[in-house]
Amino acid sequence: MKPGECPELWNIEHREEVFDIARSYVEAGSDMIETNSFGGSRFKLRHYGLDDRTRELNRAAAEISREACGCERIVLGSVGPTGIILMTGEVDAGELYEAFGEQAAALTEGGADAIVVETMSDLEEASLAIRAARECTGLDVICTMTFEKTVDGQYRTMMGVSPFEMVPVLKEAGACVVGSNCGNGTEGMIAILKEIRRADPDVPVLIQGNAGLPEYREGKTVFNEKPEVTASFVPDLVKFGASIIGGCCGTTPQHISLIGRELRRLRE
Amino acid sequence: MNNILEQLGHCIEFGKINQSSPYPPDMKDMDGADELARQALKMGISASEILQSGLVPGMERVGVKFRENKVFVPQVLMSAKAMHAAMEHLKPFFQSGEVARKGKFVIGTVSGDLHDIGKNLVGMMIEGAGWEVIDLGVDVPASKLIEAIEKNPGCLVGLSALLTTTMINMADTVREIKSSYPSQKILVGGAPLTDNFRKEIGADFYSPDPQGAVEYLQSVTEQIMKLLDFSNIAFETWVFCLKNLLVAESLPPTGHGGPSCRPGD
Repeated sequence: MKPGECPELWNIEHREEVFDIARSYVEAGSDMIETNSFGGSRFKLRHYGLDDRTRELNRAAAEISREACGCERIVLGSVGPTGIILMTGEVDAGELYEAFGEQAAALTEGGADAIVVETMSDLEEASLAIRAARECTGLDVICTMTFEKTVDGQYRTMMGVSPFEMVPVLKEAGACVVGSNCGNGTEGMIAILKEIRRADPDVPVLIQGNAGLPEYREGKTVFNEKPEVTASFVPDLVKFGASIIGGCCGTTPQHISLIGRELRRLRE
Repeated sequence: MNNILEQLGHCIEFGKINQSSPYPPDMKDMDGADELARQALKMGISASEILQSGLVPGMERVGVKFRENKVFVPQVLMSAKAMHAAMEHLKPFFQSGEVARKGKFVIGTVSGDLHDIGKNLVGMMIEGAGWEVIDLGVDVPASKLIEAIEKNPGCLVGLSALLTTTMINMADTVREIKSSYPSQKILVGGAPLTDNFRKEIGADFYSPDPQGAVEYLQSVTEQIMKLLDFSNIAFETWVFCLKNLLVAESLPPTGHGGPSCRPGD
């Protein structure tokens, strides 16, 4: 895919490639796979003049993942942020709610088993997305936010939300699983996880880290956290209470495969 | 006189837009940036003084707190709104040329990238530091940047990219600009960027936070002033000097600057 292309359009125009990617993660041992619909809200698609195809593109995204994993595994319909900051007044909460509901409904039509609202940084937007997804689909909704380490070693989202503050708000909005995705690598997820657990010992927690920070080498960006390194954090993630472990940016099927192997080893 | 400018700076720092604005709660019913800027002008304080001693220090304190992660995006946005409310009153003085800004700053998100939160934050901070900001928006091709550079001689350029995939377009954009304008200063920023990347693509400056960009621009201004050895310099002269003196090698980077984006959308 070239920069500037709409990733969700690939669900129609490069269906085979998207399918192969989904399939490669199923083969690596994933129990749950997501859909290629992170930027599939009407507000994001509008940048490409594709907002009138919101339903079609999201439906196709879910159909691809469904076909790739059969009935045995779970398809999580991915819903990302709109890129709009509510407090700027650009759009109102009602419009955002409708857009999230529309996207979640289309993912459900395509065969999603649950919705994952991810990479969120604003509690209000996250809550709207969770409510919309629940009320428009009746499916379970997972929500994960993205934290960065501050200069004094705390974790906060871009909008200043801490993992501790996040938990009750997302639960109140109706999320049945909360957690964290993206960020600066799997290692930082351990501290985030501990803080989530401090807020709530019982809620199921999803952790999906990036394979480190991207580096630019010879005209290409590469993620430098090797699969072995990611897998080495799995025992701690389990120990501190992660319920579901996955991968975000830069994690390959090899990363997932080694995470799975580590989990099996721990179970024995 | 100083008191009202201090109050104005306080409103900018804490994002108090106007009297009716409910934010921040502890400044409820107090005058905001809007009222104070109007009053200051009525008291006969010059627009230039209001900008330099009210708005600029207020925005600077926000920028420093943002860098130190003491405040986050929402607070910066409220501060920017307060700043814009005050700026409205100063606009006629900018237009008439009575108040000269420090210079022009052209900013845009590189081609293929549609993210604007980081770019907007940097634009606001730089505007709040007294520069004229020309915002070209998102998905900006190199040709459009070059056009803006031609139209605004002596400007500095800031490029933003949020995605690992569009960082590569940033490299191409820098190359294209520099092939037409080798001495053009280019600042870069964005969540996936590093100073190493900045070096590799031949840009002049990188900072993980907007305040760094402000300080870099300030350092460039100061260097020019020093070279000229006088400080009350007309804008046209300043532009002329920038154009002629700002060669890539002549100014070693100091401080740390560059537009910044963060993950989140």
